Amino acid sequence: MSFTGGPVDAGGLIDLGGSSAPSPRRERRRIPPGEALRSLAVGAASTVVVFGILGWIVVNSPGWAAVQASFFDPTWFAYSLPEVVDAFTVNVQLFAIAEVLILVLGLVVAVLRGIPGPAFFPVRLIATVYADLFRAVPGVLIIYLLGFGIPTLDLPGMPTEPFVYAVAALALVYSAYVSEVYRAGIESVHPSQEAAARSLGLTRFQAMRYVVLPQAVRRVIPPLLNDFIGLQKDTVLVSYIGVVEIFRQAQIIQAAKFNFTPYLAVALVFVVITIPLARLTDWLVARDRRRAAAVAR
Amino acid sequence: MATTDALAVRIEGLHKSFGRLEVLRGIDLSLAEHEVVCLIGASGSGKSTLLRCINLLEPIDAGRILVAGEEITAPGVDVNRIRRRIGIVFQAFNLFPHMTVLANVTLGPRKALAVPGATAEAHALGLLERFGLADKARDYPDRLSGGQQQRVAIVRALAMSPDLLLLDEITSALDPELVAEVLAVIRELATGGMTMLIATHEMGFARDVAHRVLFLDGGRILEEGSPDRIFGSPREARTRQFLQRVTEAGRL
Repeated sequence: MSFTGGPVDAGGLIDLGGSSAPSPRRERRRIPPGEALRSLAVGAASTVVVFGILGWIVVNSPGWAAVQASFFDPTWFAYSLPEVVDAFTVNVQLFAIAEVLILVLGLVVAVLRGIPGPAFFPVRLIATVYADLFRAVPGVLIIYLLGFGIPTLDLPGMPTEPFVYAVAALALVYSAYVSEVYRAGIESVHPSQEAAARSLGLTRFQAMRYVVLPQAVRRVIPPLLNDFIGLQKDTVLVSYIGVVEIFRQAQIIQAAKFNFTPYLAVALVFVVITIPLARLTDWLVARDRRRAAAVAR
Repeated sequence: MATTDALAVRIEGLHKSFGRLEVLRGIDLSLAEHEVVCLIGASGSGKSTLLRCINLLEPIDAGRILVAGEEITAPGVDVNRIRRRIGIVFQAFNLFPHMTVLANVTLGPRKALAVPGATAEAHALGLLERFGLADKARDYPDRLSGGQQQRVAIVRALAMSPDLLLLDEITSALDPELVAEVLAVIRELATGGMTMLIATHEMGFARDVAHRVLFLDGGRILEEGSPDRIFGSPREARTRQFLQRVTEAGRL
């Protein structure tokens, strides 16, 4: 065979899974066990060497001592980690409560945007303007406007705790994004599904509730998780209106001790929380792709 | 449903356009109770559109449609109530992929007719049994063959106990070896007296099962008659031409 395996052959990246019979090329691509072991050893060795060199360069560069003292001080890390972890419970409450509101409000907005008929034009208009507006305006601005603005109105019966406004602001901003995610999901369900449901005599609402939405929501779980990760990180923004959460707590320590290590502790907490979620999202996307491929077959 | 009008369906002067394309150009058609009528004609002749209009899935532009004496195209008619009496089976099955076979079949009765769950399930299981699908009740549609999926779709329509069944080229998306099992179901329904309007490309089946055959051409009913007459001695040149092409394709 004259074909010597160019880039097209590299690990089957180009193979879209459309071929039913195993191609001769695929057969030839099978790696013998000895070669696999060798690849692993080479990969490990090259990784150790590269990171070893990089680490050596960093540690031996001028000013590393100052950087380490300011950002990677073990003493301050040990001191601040329990404090910021404790403050993180506030962030957890923020994103847990907000996420529930977001999932509901986002869905309501998405469904309202899709209601047909001239009589519902104002409803569609409100839903559309809401989604456009709250995606356009920076989140910090909404947090400021609600957190500082509403209490100054001195309206009777309005809460005074900044936590309430923090949750409300996050929910308003993220519901706008999430409504678009839901809407994409709803539009991805083929119209023939709604036609089949309506042909059974189901009302438009019933068709939406039992046929369209279950399929739509299942499809958008990965992007919903993505927005959830974004929300978790954006909870630090509410520190601006005086909610003492993880970031504010780190600021307090930093301001008192003139050391930035607490921020690294904060970063670590977010990494530990969000990376597993990101991996889960990737896994779900990959699973959906496999299923779609299986159905298309 | 007792009615003095023995006509199951009456259609008068039905027109339907999609934008500038006029798909139906004045359809007049009557269906007696227990009658099986097959619609034949080339793709784009309006067969599917006619069926979708009768099920009110498409709004019509002119004319009227009466089902069991009631004008279903009159303004203010509750479309959901009408659709509960008219079953439709689609070419692409349109089963709900996120539901089991049993849930697919019981959804209509439970939600549209408010039948209690247990009653709906018992009825559905009886129907699935009758059409050889009892062991598939707990499976999801993607585990079934095309023929099985289409039979489930038929059972789903039957679960509503419709007065009229509309079949829209229900074997066109099937592998040839799966067509027979679906047609067998329709034959059984015809024997049982179900009123059916069937759009089909299966001429042998139409000849076999239909009481009457209508040839649709360019949005009009060009010719109608008994299967023997239409297939044996078609009068219109267009009908002859169409049937000849079908014969050449080996489908008669």
